[in-house]
Amino acid sequence: MSILDIRDLVIRTADGRTLVDHLSLSLAPGERLGLIGESGSGKSLTSLAVLGLLPEGMTMSGSIELGDTQIVGASERQLIRVRGHDAAIVFQEPLTALDPLMRVGRQIAEPLGRRRGLKGTALKRAVTAALEQVRLPEPERIARAFPHEISGGQRQRVALAMALACDPRLLIADEPTTALDVTVQSELLDLLDALVREREMAVLFVSHDLAVVAKVAERVLVLKDGRAVEEGAVRDIVNAPREQYTKTLVDSARQLESALVQRSGR
Amino acid sequence: MARYLLRRFAFLLVSLALASVVLFVLLRMLPGDPANALTSVGASAEQIAAARESIGSDKPLPEQFAHWIGQLVRGDLGTSFISSLPVGPEVSARLNVTLPLTAAAFALAVLIAVPAGFVAAYRRRTWYGALLSGISQLGIAIPVFWLGMILIAVFALNARWLPAGSFPPDGWAQPGEASRSLVLPVVTIALVMSASLIRYVRSATLDVLDSDYLRTARALGSSFGQAMWRHGMRNASVPVISILGIELASTLLGAVVVESVFALPGLGSMLATGIAQHDYPVIQGVLFISTLAVLIIGFAADLIQRIIDPRLRAGLSGGVR
Ligand SMILES: Nc1ncnc2c1ncn2[C@@H]1O[C@H](COP(=O)(O)OP(=O)(O)O)[C@@H](O)[C@H]1O
Ligand SMILES: [Mg+2]
Repeated sequence: MSILDIRDLVIRTADGRTLVDHLSLSLAPGERLGLIGESGSGKSLTSLAVLGLLPEGMTMSGSIELGDTQIVGASERQLIRVRGHDAAIVFQEPLTALDPLMRVGRQIAEPLGRRRGLKGTALKRAVTAALEQVRLPEPERIARAFPHEISGGQRQRVALAMALACDPRLLIADEPTTALDVTVQSELLDLLDALVREREMAVLFVSHDLAVVAKVAERVLVLKDGRAVEEGAVRDIVNAPREQYTKTLVDSARQLESALVQRSGR
Repeated sequence: MARYLLRRFAFLLVSLALASVVLFVLLRMLPGDPANALTSVGASAEQIAAARESIGSDKPLPEQFAHWIGQLVRGDLGTSFISSLPVGPEVSARLNVTLPLTAAAFALAVLIAVPAGFVAAYRRRTWYGALLSGISQLGIAIPVFWLGMILIAVFALNARWLPAGSFPPDGWAQPGEASRSLVLPVVTIALVMSASLIRYVRSATLDVLDSDYLRTARALGSSFGQAMWRHGMRNASVPVISILGIELASTLLGAVVVESVFALPGLGSMLATGIAQHDYPVIQGVLFISTLAVLIIGFAADLIQRIIDPRLRAGLSGGVR
């Protein structure tokens, strides 16, 4: 019994260009799958499709079973029930993903209140707890801050706290660390890894960087121009990539890794 | 916030002072002599000199300026050259027409433009969304006086539902009459104003519809309506408020056209008469009050934006996005 089952997903633009081409993948409860491919390969569109949030004008066909719901062709009402509940998402850009005019605490309170029916002081306490969970120092201060008053890494923790506040069965992370500095990146990865393991939450982890995916995921699917080119355990893909495209991804990850090792060795 | 208010208030005073100087000097650079309006054609040099002395236009300019400013500080707008009546009470009587006219037109324009601009953005791929955008584009090109005359022709002359113009002589003592005579002018201004407002509301809405924070809210289970209500409206309002301020100020300044089309005794027509008669105190008084109103409107718009947008309070740019 899988928690997410995508079969022959095709995503097209309004003018008929195919952006995702017969993609299939599935995730068991608690499983962590990496979705990897270079920029423009269709990773974000696939993530958005799972929540029925494709950009206006795009169409999809095939099948996306998320929990008990068929997303393809679902009504908006069905989608609203599913979003946050069966799957929640953390986006790439921590600055723009939060409402610039609203205090962080109120933004977290929104999904918390909706999901757990909390109000007043109980809700306030839950917000603080949610911020503590993502290891933000001084949670009360952060709750009162506006997004522009905290750092990029802190914003991304807030976004993660919002997604986790929904207590979803699947967490989709669309390049959650790409916009961050390298050191902040690895802290956030460790945090995300720890939090989803604690909760036995399934993860669809999207990245263009194999080294990052390897930290969180056990299995990866390699995407190229909207098509799956290779799929397998992270270890197998890294050790013995079959496709040329995968080899390049592995090589670039290796080069980066060794560059980092050399620098820190010095 | 207190420092900002203080700074903004000082800015207002300095702007007002500068505007007074410019106003005063420019007015005296215009050709024509107010003494001519006071005397009959072919008056003798002595008669003209006497007229100048009686209104004080024979004094050196700095002295005249000091006199005017002195009056202003005491809350006195001076005395008309022509009628010898004080300008202040006349201005406030005229404001009783112009302010309700502008305020009602503004409110109606917002009531039209906000929903219409939203639909034009949210439903831009439908025929009615495109139609709304088209009407607004077209509306921007329509001159106020032309629309005013069309409305008069249709609703006053043909259908006889509403008066074609004029205002009851005893003003708001007859509220029914007074309101009825403002209906067509209000509609005229509101339609013209909303045509350009729709465009700005539409583009602010498009920005919001395209925003990541709206997508975040929806991705976590907000309905579109909830997300728009909680996040969209406030964000869209920030750029729209600047435009509202500008529109309101320009309507106030542009009231002269509508007032002359509908023969309303407002501030605009007072200015027009003053200019025709070289009645400096009247012109100065009206323009001073208008300048003050425009500065206050700008102040208010700025203040409201700062209350909504914390980035503006922090002095960051990027507030208008
Ligand atoms: N709103 C959109 N309209 C048209 N094309 C889009 C839109 N969003 C993405 N695309 C195109 O779809 C392809 C896949 O995009 P995306 O899923 O964002 O890639 P990735 O996340 O892997 O970098 C790209 O070629 C991109 O140009
Ligand atoms: Mg992407």
